[in-house]
Amino acid sequence: MALQITWFYLWGLLWAIFFITDGFDFGVGALLPFLGKNDDEKRMMINSIGPLWDGNEVWLITAGGVTFAAFPLVYATMFSTLYTPLMLILFALILRGVSFEFRGKVESPAWRFIWDTCTFIGSVAPAILFGVAFANIFKGIPFDGQGVYHGTLLTLLNPYGLLGGVLFLVLFLQHGTLWTAIKTEGDLHERAALTATFLWPIVLVVAVIFLIYSAFATSLYANYIANPIWFLVILITVAALLGVRYFVGKKEWFKAWFASALTIAGAVFFGIIGLFPNLYPSSIKAEFNLTAFNASSSPLTLQIMLIVVIIFIPIVLCYQIWAYNLFKGKVTQEDLEYEEAY
Amino acid sequence: MDVVLLSRLQFAAATMFHFLFVPLTLGLSIIMAVMETKYVRTGDELYLKMTKFWGKLFLINFALGVVTGITLEFQFGTNWSRYSAYVGDIFGALLAIEASVAFFLESTLIGVWIFGWKKLSAKAHATVMWLVAAAGNISAIWILTANGWMQHPVGFTIRDGRAELVSFTAVLFNKFAILEFFHQISSALLLGSFFVMGVSAYHLLKKRHTDFFTRSFNIALVFGLISSFSTAFTGDLHGTHVAEVQPSKLAAMEAHWETSTRAPLHMFAIPDEENETNKVQIGSIPGLLSILAKHDLNAEVIGLKDIPKDERPPVLITFAAFRTMVGLGTLFPILMIIGWIKRKKLLESTGYLKIMVASTLLPYIAMEAGWVLAEVGRQPWIVYGLMKTSDAASPVASSQVLTSLIAFILIYSLLGAVGFYLMFTNAVKGPAQAVKE
Repeated sequence: MALQITWFYLWGLLWAIFFITDGFDFGVGALLPFLGKNDDEKRMMINSIGPLWDGNEVWLITAGGVTFAAFPLVYATMFSTLYTPLMLILFALILRGVSFEFRGKVESPAWRFIWDTCTFIGSVAPAILFGVAFANIFKGIPFDGQGVYHGTLLTLLNPYGLLGGVLFLVLFLQHGTLWTAIKTEGDLHERAALTATFLWPIVLVVAVIFLIYSAFATSLYANYIANPIWFLVILITVAALLGVRYFVGKKEWFKAWFASALTIAGAVFFGIIGLFPNLYPSSIKAEFNLTAFNASSSPLTLQIMLIVVIIFIPIVLCYQIWAYNLFKGKVTQEDLEYEEAY
Repeated sequence: MDVVLLSRLQFAAATMFHFLFVPLTLGLSIIMAVMETKYVRTGDELYLKMTKFWGKLFLINFALGVVTGITLEFQFGTNWSRYSAYVGDIFGALLAIEASVAFFLESTLIGVWIFGWKKLSAKAHATVMWLVAAAGNISAIWILTANGWMQHPVGFTIRDGRAELVSFTAVLFNKFAILEFFHQISSALLLGSFFVMGVSAYHLLKKRHTDFFTRSFNIALVFGLISSFSTAFTGDLHGTHVAEVQPSKLAAMEAHWETSTRAPLHMFAIPDEENETNKVQIGSIPGLLSILAKHDLNAEVIGLKDIPKDERPPVLITFAAFRTMVGLGTLFPILMIIGWIKRKKLLESTGYLKIMVASTLLPYIAMEAGWVLAEVGRQPWIVYGLMKTSDAASPVASSQVLTSLIAFILIYSLLGAVGFYLMFTNAVKGPAQAVKE
């Protein structure tokens, strides 16, 4: 029991870290055509995430892998029932990944335009689709006891699902704008700063609608009402979002970014806490719900994986923080002269 | 077409494409780490130039390897959900360990390596390269432990309708997986060496950057020589083990129909699966199969006829893949010995250099063939003796899989074309143009 509960929250934590880290990459990629007015500015944006995005993306691999290892039935059912949206996410991530590497390899504006478009699509599509997928999971997915999906791609594009998509997108846009503000100077920095001020009320409105809509579209709040202490998580999340505006106002970009990261984590945990003990609820019948208890691996596997995760995830965090620290500071014109820059 | 066939085609396309990039990542990373270490030790700028030139090619290849790898991890869930639910307790754990123990390190540090030339000391930077190389190869340990378990499942019990782990050490020390790993690492190093030698030979023939490419060639030659022999040696060990635990694969890869002692080896054959015989058989050497498979002339080798029809792998593909792999595997040590003899007068050995240019892609063919042998030869099982591939697919609509398969083919063809174009042009350009000094 305790093992399964631990794994349930670890599962949520890994997704949260993925959205925090790769979230600003998505945001930067999505903003690339709008904030970057010329090739140098675009390159500054790409190089601001250049050394980090690859390591960030591994959090997705780990979240997926841990789902497989700790809750194989969830892994099997979730990814097969969400077949088409997941394929779209994967194709989008492929485009994004290669576009960084390919972009600068041929000296031609048309060539760069192709790969910048791929970066844009490869950043926007996953942001929206992850939001749609998670909102639908909060709501329940129409699958039966055999793991067969009774619906189409359009089933997922219901108002609540779409709202989830918009929420994730604006959260990541904000996250990416703040990152750009931290990492750049001059016109680009000013533009990012202005965008952050402009985006914030939109994020707030979407988040509030999402919180209210969740009360009608999902049963997430049942756990909060049963254990009101959990409401603290929502409070902290809202406080974090207010904090974003506060630090943006004070032009303390890193603190604003950090508050934005906390907001994203809060949004994920808002859902995770509400879902418990379900990882993947069925909207057809509650008895088909896949929970931390009926879909987990054997105690032996859970134990071994826990040891692995307890040892290695802190190590990973250490060297990733080291890498972030190594590349702190603004991306400048001089950095673009650097021969290995994207 | 049914979901199982479409999913198999998709998985085959996705893995085989992914695997065009993996071995070069594994092999070349080690060679680059050696080059960079030589730079640190000697301070000779040429080694730095070398590291950067080969690094540029490495990174294009690496990017393609990374993006095509992600889809693989998720395809077990999207397309093989019954399999994933059945074996996730063991198989899923191995993939998760791979990500947290190795892939994280590799992906985080590759960014540091690319962007860190001025931020780190030369020594620290070279250490990062070694860690990237190590992490990639440690990744391979876990992936091959997972594959080894599919080939020869150990350390589990069937409980509640699925395979559950009972001994983690049995899974870790699965002989099948260990042999796969050493064979894989050797052949990846071989492929990396041939890549470096092939590109170097091209430039040496044109008499360009002769010092640069002679030294590159000779560094790769050492690895190529060692790995061509260790590939053959580990392949032999692996083959004997396959003979022991996967009799149906052995029979198919040798087109061996009748159970017999002093079993013959056919140098060439065209198997006829319908009539359970070989249409053509050339160069059959009595007893050689018994010797190779069991290291004993009088050992009995089970023939395909004694394996139920619905448990036989496709004979022709398995046989042809094995012949291709072994044929090329025999050629590589010969080329390396010739190279070793000619190593001091490479520039004059134009004939040999031409052969090496032409051989650049041969290890790719050999390695793809090796994996075809491993995977097709395991059929009809997805987990040997435990679960059939036909029972493993997801309950999804065939139209979904057909659509994604077409999308895979389109996107991968595009990536393949761009990737090949970039690799080719950058390789041909050579260091002076590719690396701004």
